[in-house]
Formats: sequence, C-alpha cells, structure tokens
Amino acid sequence: MRIKCPYCGERALEEFTYRGDATVKRPRSLESDAAEAWTDYVYFRHNPAGLHREHWYHGAGCHAWLTVTRDTRTHEIVAVEFADKREGT
Amino acid sequence: MNPYERRIASMRYSLASLLANAVTGNCNWQPVWREPEPKPAYDVVIVGGGGHGLATAHYLAKEHGITNVAVLEKSYLGSGNVGRNTTIVRSNYLLPGNLPFYEWSMKLWEGLEQDLNYNAMVSQRGVLNVFHSDPQRDAYARRGNAMRLHGVDAELLDRDGVRKLVPFVDFDNARFPVRGGLFQARGGTVRHDAVAWGYARAADRRGVDIIQNCEVTGIRIENGRVLGVETAKGFVGANKVALSVAGSSSRVGALAGLRLPIESHSVQAFVTESIKPLIDVVMTFGAGHFYVSQSDKGGLVFGGDIEGYNSYAQRGNMPVIEDVAEGGMALMPVIGRLRIVRSWGGLLDMTMDGSPIIDKTPVEGLYFNGGWCYGGFKATPAAGWCFAHLLARDEPHPYAAAYRLDRFAHGAVIDEKGMGAQPNLH
Repeated sequence: MRIKCPYCGERALEEFTYRGDATVKRPRSLESDAAEAWTDYVYFRHNPAGLHREHWYHGAGCHAWLTVTRDTRTHEIVAVEFADKREGT
Repeated sequence: MNPYERRIASMRYSLASLLANAVTGNCNWQPVWREPEPKPAYDVVIVGGGGHGLATAHYLAKEHGITNVAVLEKSYLGSGNVGRNTTIVRSNYLLPGNLPFYEWSMKLWEGLEQDLNYNAMVSQRGVLNVFHSDPQRDAYARRGNAMRLHGVDAELLDRDGVRKLVPFVDFDNARFPVRGGLFQARGGTVRHDAVAWGYARAADRRGVDIIQNCEVTGIRIENGRVLGVETAKGFVGANKVALSVAGSSSRVGALAGLRLPIESHSVQAFVTESIKPLIDVVMTFGAGHFYVSQSDKGGLVFGGDIEGYNSYAQRGNMPVIEDVAEGGMALMPVIGRLRIVRSWGGLLDMTMDGSPIIDKTPVEGLYFNGGWCYGGFKATPAAGWCFAHLLARDEPHPYAAAYRLDRFAHGAVIDEKGMGAQPNLH
C-alpha cells in the first residue's frame, strides 16, 4: 500500500502514521450531559467494510495531516486530501 | 436422527477403533458430523462457525442441555480465524478482569481432548517471554506475581534459565541483550483446525445442527426483540441469536443496528520451510514484536504486529513483514538462513481497550461475543463456556463478568497495555 501525498507525491506506507476514522465528531460541550456524545466520539466506530475516510499523518515527509478515502476490503485508495480542520473537530 | 446419522453419532475414537479401521484399510471411517438443512426455527441460532461459535454450541448442549441449536457458517468450518492464528495458548495476563478467564480457558484446554474424544494435539510445551532490560524484568516480575496470586504457574528465569530452553538466541546482542525471561510451563500450542473439528463433532453428536455455506444476510427484529436471521438458505427463526463473528463483528452487528467499540484490523502470520527440531517452546521477543514456535511438520510459525489500519482484506502489507523479519533476526539470527514458504492474514476485532466483549446487546434476544483482538484462539474454550452460560441463564459468567459492552461508557475499561482508546496500539 502506497499513499499519494498531495504535497510529496506517492510514498511508502512506512512514512505515515495512522490515526483512524476521520468522520467521528468531537463534541463541543464539556457539560456532564455530553457524556454520551463523548463516549461515542472516543470509543464507538462505524468500522465499515468498504470505503472508509481516515486520518493519516505524513511524519517522515511533509508533516501534513491527510484524509484518505480507502476501501477496507481491498486497500485501494480512492482519494487523498489535506485534512479539513472542520471535519472531525 | 435417521439410522445413517445415528451411525455417525455413535462413532468413538479409541485404540480399538483405530486398529479396526487400520486392518480394514481405513475405508470405513464415517463423516464426523451431519450436514443438515436448517429447520424453520431453533431455540438458539449461533452466527459464526468458528472456534468460539462451535465451542458455544458444545457447552450449550453439554453443560446446559440446550440442543435445539444451529450454528450458521458463511463458508466452511475452519475457514476463518480459527484456522488462521498461530495456535498459541497461554494465560499469562496481568489484570484481574482477564486472569481468571484465561486461566479457566487454559484448564479447559488441558482437558479438551478427553472432553471431546478428539485429538487436538494439545502440546503444553511452555511459553517463554524473553526480556532485555531491567525495567522490562520488573514489568515481567510484576506480571508473574499477578499470575501466581491468581494460582497460575509462572517462573522468572535468569539468563542461564533462558539458555537451557533456547541456547541459540543472541544473548549478547549489542542493542537487545537477553537478561532473562518469564516462563509459563503450562502454555503451549494446539492444532487449531482440530479445535474447530473437535467442537463441531462433539456439538453435532448432541444434536446441534451445523450448517455450512449459510451466510447470514439480515437479522429480523420486531419491537426491539430478535425473531431470527435471514440467511442464504432462507429465514431461520430463533428465540436467541448469538453473534460470534470476531473480525466481522461490526459488519454483522450493523445488520441489527449495533455500533460497536471496535475497529477491524488485519494481522499476518508466517511459516518457514521445515527443519529439524530447533525450538520446543513458544518464544516471544521483548524488544520488538516477534513470536515463534515450531510446528510438528517442522516449519517455524511466527508473527508480529497487526497492520495498524482498518482492514477487512485478510492480508497485510510489506512494512509489517519487514518489521517481523527484523525482530526475528535480532532475537535468533539462525532464522536468517530459512525461507518463508507462506504468509497469510486474519481479521481482528480490535477493541478500544484491547479486551473482549461477551454480553447482551440492546436488542432483546441478541447476544454478542467478540472484540477478541489478536487473542481469540487461546480464549476459545472459555469464551464458548461463558457465552453458553450467558445464553442459557441470561446472566454473565463470573469469569467474564468484566467483559461488558457498557464498560466503555462507565470507564471500567480493561486496558492490559495502558494504551488508551487507540485500537492499533493494543
């Protein structure tokens, strides 16, 4: 598996670090009634067999955070973008 | 059962049966389980004909007298993780939520072949965790003490103790000198396919229907209660549906609307060409992720880290292969002369704390066994035992009482490695 970094070009997997699902939403609130939202954000995942939007960090390259769309059944990478700050925050 | 099925069910393995079949040219062996079509409904339908599902069926029938049970397997028995692991059994855990459970599993392994009347090649050759530094010695001493406090055998070995077991390792490696090891003599290996076959045969003989090539494509739920499952062979009704599909738990759980604290990951295993007897224990490297044992055919069976990203592909990538090979070379340079003949991948339910789940679900009548990370094989007997208990009595077995689905919301996680909610670090 190789990831085509939009800045550095196609690079080997060893250069990247995986963070996980890019679609989970970090709750804005710290109030106690937000506990359920926090539990969901920290622990629960959709974990699809198919296309998965996920965060990778190009630590041995440009240090960019990337959002990769990848098929978890075949490892085929469909799209790579710079991570959108609005997604997952 | 018809007469043919009764004949299958009456066959017992013994010295007499081996001799009788040997002198008749081994032409009279019968199939070891029936191949029935699904009935319209069962008391319990177990989804997943792997080790855990088959063990659950066996203990449901044997310990709880519940025999109106079907095990539905999407492919053939042994095609999934029960035939893809590296066959190691051990109970060298640290935390109170885990230790009694895995020790019970170890005890069930010790009596498995007599219980099933089936040769599963249980080999208590010992599991040796090598350590390479003083802090690591402290960590293993602590683990060994925790084990002994729970009545589990553990022995802290010095360099000479390790040398007696594995004289060929690189004791004076410049970066990772061997300082000693933690040894569990009762640990070892079990022939993994035979575990599936043995449990299948034992469950079948008590009347459990094992139905292969029968994928579950839907779970029928009405008013929050499970009614049965849609399958490749039509609808099968059930009072209780038991999911036992680790690796694909999220995918099957989604059929019932479950969202789980699980990511699916892939882990690889490797086997070398056959050589003469070299290593007669299971050994793990302490400074990287590499572990090895030798199969009865002579191949070295070894593995390492999970791939580290979500995957349903049952295969891995080159970086982990390289990492495993480097670990092997650092610990036992002798391995560098061997060729790898085969590598393969299996799917793991990686949970957010690295520990499994055996529990009811929010859907009435739907039960869940999964989240086994890379440790599901050694847990097979106890997972079946405890899941059967839950199914039969609607309350968790004391040994699995910590494996609740709601522990993540309550903060009662069981994190052996202390890594937090990052599945690829467990």
